[in-house]
Amino acid sequence: MQATVWNTKVVNRAQRLARAAEALGKNLTSKRVATDAVVTLLESVLAPKDRVCLEGNNQKQADFLAQSLMKVDPQRINGLHMVQSVLALPEHLDLFEAGIASRLDFSFSGPQGVRLAKLVSAGQIEIGAIHTYLELFARYFVDLTPKVALIAAHAADAAGNLYTGPNTEDTPAIVEATAFSGGIVIAQVNEWVDGTTTKLPRVDIPADWVDFVVLAPRPNFIEPLFTRDPAQISEIQVLMAMMAIKGIYSEYGVQRLNHGIGFDTAAIELLLPTYAESLGLKGKICSHWALNPHPALIPAIEAGWVQSVHSFGSELGMEEYIRARPDVFFTGADGSLRSNRAFCQAAGHYACDLFIGSTLQIDLDGNSSTATLGRISGFGGAPNMGADARGRRHVSPTWLKAGQQARAGRPGAAGTPRGQKLVVQMVETFREHMQPAFVERLDAWTLQEQAGMELPPIMIYGDDVTHILTEEGIANLLLCRTDAEREQAIRGVAGYTPVGLGRDRKMVENLRDRGIIQRPEDLGINPREANRNLLAARNMRDLVRASGGLYSPPKRFRNW
Amino acid sequence: MTDIPVGLETLRFVFAGHRPTGVFAPVLVGVVGSGNLEVLLEPREGSGCELHIETSARGFGSIWEAVARDFHERHQLAGIRVSVNDMGATPAVVSLRLDQAVTELVL
Amino acid sequence: MNRRTTISFAECTARERLALLVDANSFHEWLPPAQRVTSTHLAQLGVPSAFDDGVAIGHAQLAGRTVFIAAQEGEFMGGGVGEVHGAKLVGMLRRAITGTERPHAVLILAESGGVRLHEANAGLIAVSEVMRALLDVRSAGIRVVVLIGGSNGCFGGMGIVARCADWVVMSDTGRLAMSGPEVIEASHGVQEYDSRDRALVWRTSGGKHRWICGDCDVLVEDDVMAFREAAIAAISPDGDSSQPRPATLITLESLEQEHALLTARLALLPDHVVGDEAVALWKLYGLGNAGDVAEMNVESLLTQRPTGSQI
Repeated sequence: MQATVWNTKVVNRAQRLARAAEALGKNLTSKRVATDAVVTLLESVLAPKDRVCLEGNNQKQADFLAQSLMKVDPQRINGLHMVQSVLALPEHLDLFEAGIASRLDFSFSGPQGVRLAKLVSAGQIEIGAIHTYLELFARYFVDLTPKVALIAAHAADAAGNLYTGPNTEDTPAIVEATAFSGGIVIAQVNEWVDGTTTKLPRVDIPADWVDFVVLAPRPNFIEPLFTRDPAQISEIQVLMAMMAIKGIYSEYGVQRLNHGIGFDTAAIELLLPTYAESLGLKGKICSHWALNPHPALIPAIEAGWVQSVHSFGSELGMEEYIRARPDVFFTGADGSLRSNRAFCQAAGHYACDLFIGSTLQIDLDGNSSTATLGRISGFGGAPNMGADARGRRHVSPTWLKAGQQARAGRPGAAGTPRGQKLVVQMVETFREHMQPAFVERLDAWTLQEQAGMELPPIMIYGDDVTHILTEEGIANLLLCRTDAEREQAIRGVAGYTPVGLGRDRKMVENLRDRGIIQRPEDLGINPREANRNLLAARNMRDLVRASGGLYSPPKRFRNW
Repeated sequence: MTDIPVGLETLRFVFAGHRPTGVFAPVLVGVVGSGNLEVLLEPREGSGCELHIETSARGFGSIWEAVARDFHERHQLAGIRVSVNDMGATPAVVSLRLDQAVTELVL
Repeated sequence: MNRRTTISFAECTARERLALLVDANSFHEWLPPAQRVTSTHLAQLGVPSAFDDGVAIGHAQLAGRTVFIAAQEGEFMGGGVGEVHGAKLVGMLRRAITGTERPHAVLILAESGGVRLHEANAGLIAVSEVMRALLDVRSAGIRVVVLIGGSNGCFGGMGIVARCADWVVMSDTGRLAMSGPEVIEASHGVQEYDSRDRALVWRTSGGKHRWICGDCDVLVEDDVMAFREAAIAAISPDGDSSQPRPATLITLESLEQEHALLTARLALLPDHVVGDEAVALWKLYGLGNAGDVAEMNVESLLTQRPTGSQI
């Protein structure tokens, strides 16, 4: 009788490593692989149908490894199951057209959304599921564990220790899952250090967890996604930001929060040292942030508003500013930022009392979606932020107040006292080309049909949304007790869109009397006072000046 | 939107006003840029409030009417002509500019 | 909290700049918006008109002296000069010579992409008439001062107009050139000129570059009051406050000198430049720390070259 074998992974890993050593020969020195032998490495280490994690992060890309993976012989390596956060590069989808990969689990595909939709309908990609970032990382430890991880780091030493620096992002989560389940970790780096004359600034990923390191011919691709030029912030966005600060941040005493990226949230960040200061709110709101290093937050930091910022990733141009503000940012002993998307998502989920972000469409139940026809774009991390954290137990005044508003007077289980996270959707009633943001039926339903999904891709569910904020006012959904109230509360801030024009005027007036809808005037805000002069910085140069010259914007943002 | 002729759309609304503006020097606010508009206020014979709109964003007549109505409900001006050159501003921006223009009127 | 003490010239509309630049409440407008002297071309293209066709003209006082002044609205059609817009500028310029009151100077707050292409030949003719009228004003001995600081810059035919003036004042956020960045990229390729490299665009057409090369006479901060002070200085004679500062005469000799200067400038840079070409050029103009120029504020740069270009 044959005994059960329990170490197949160990054996399999040893076999792969042996194959690689044989195929690479002199091109392998300890863990270091010669740059022009990387395709040989991949062909010897991979096997058909392997589950491969390729670092498509939100910002940094293991682009050299992606391009090299495209060069493997599809006869030898095919049917790979790609698991990755973001489809950012054309190569990420080229792999499927070439037959090297056939199955995909991911979170976000913004730049590649249209092409992804086409490949899906042509049957060239089988999507397992679309996740949030944290969900995907979680599955790396359950049922989507990578066999091979292709990652990007800034530098490596001779032993194979890695410095991932400011853009550490998803790497720790990926490597932990892979290295501790018999998988193989391959890193591309921008630089070698020899460990004696030059050393790594710090060790982000220990050498024990890394199998191969290759020097890339060019520094890995990183995009500045979180820079917003204050010159583009409109008066309407200033008005909405004023309402957010006075109607929500002040009202609930929001000390711990996450901002989704956008011009509206940039306007809030830039109104803290001015408008919020004039309301006497310093120290009472916005002390702790789960946030990428937004340049727009510089004036608030300089004015002493911010105690801490933990980040998902970094932001190009902010490196020296961050280095000079270690009291605020999470930096290593070497002085540079350490970001960590998995932990920051968890922070946003459990340790923040408010999420605020924009969206493309909202329906009458408050469901919010960025799905548009002909495009499969996924979710990223927004649902991790924009959701009530039902596992949370520690209290804060903000959380308790929101929960009390939602539950007071409700019977049974729905009325059991607990807190609730503020989830605010901030959106102008009309988008570009006069597209209404408020609709009776989300495009997500049509997309579900087109792409054959089990569920419509809803970004934030209506029963998690606590407030909808438009230029017309704020709808407090926590205080609604019936679907009819909720519908009219939404219509009541939907402006002149068909949804808004279809409001029951009497009901909306009643909701306003009860404080469920608040207009700017009800908050003591005169819309004509909402002008750009309130912004602590009105252009990129003002941000550079506010930073004392430490912030260095990427070229595309300069106008001097 | 296919039955609107190519070119600018012209819209006109007249309301019965109640607060006379009297004689005043014309007021101009705003700029005709993308997503923006200019608003010119001038005295007008009679007690009406007339809004005359020229816009490159065609087919939104019912929204303009709702915006115009709400504007008049807010201010109830009489003896005034409000002329607009619009390049695709959202209703939020339109209402803001109309109110800004009225603020500049020294009544 | 940083209290704002300056008013950004670039952020203001044309009318706001005009109102803040001249003595308070001294601006009297000719052909004001209510007269609806508007474009006859745009409506048929489905493009909205502006009541003033994108330019306000009139007379005003500047430190007590009468000036004629025009301000172009960069947000309307990119400040492009159409038939009516151009005619308003020409009318103002001609009135300086033939009108009943002779102004101390003529000021143009220029923000324009040049000819308004929608109006095709009418726009081209308009711009050339502006050039001729401006040169006539100078011939009549009246100074013409152009102030450039809008975010759209001063390009195309208006760039040429600016250089036809006696005196050019620019902020460092302002730009002055003939061809726009996208046009250069489209014609010569992105390797030659990447229009999205905005730092490059400002190194090659921005106020600091123009000032170093001598294409603009005064460099100021993006501040309306700084522009006002520069305008006053531009029209004030040295010492004697009763006489206007005369226009710089254009003579055959001065034109030949200008040609020689430009010819020399063309030959300044070697064929193969190591590093950035603008920085290399600035070094040749005598700036020791040319590489720092882009990050310097105006005040620091002015201390490097207090008298402008010597070349």
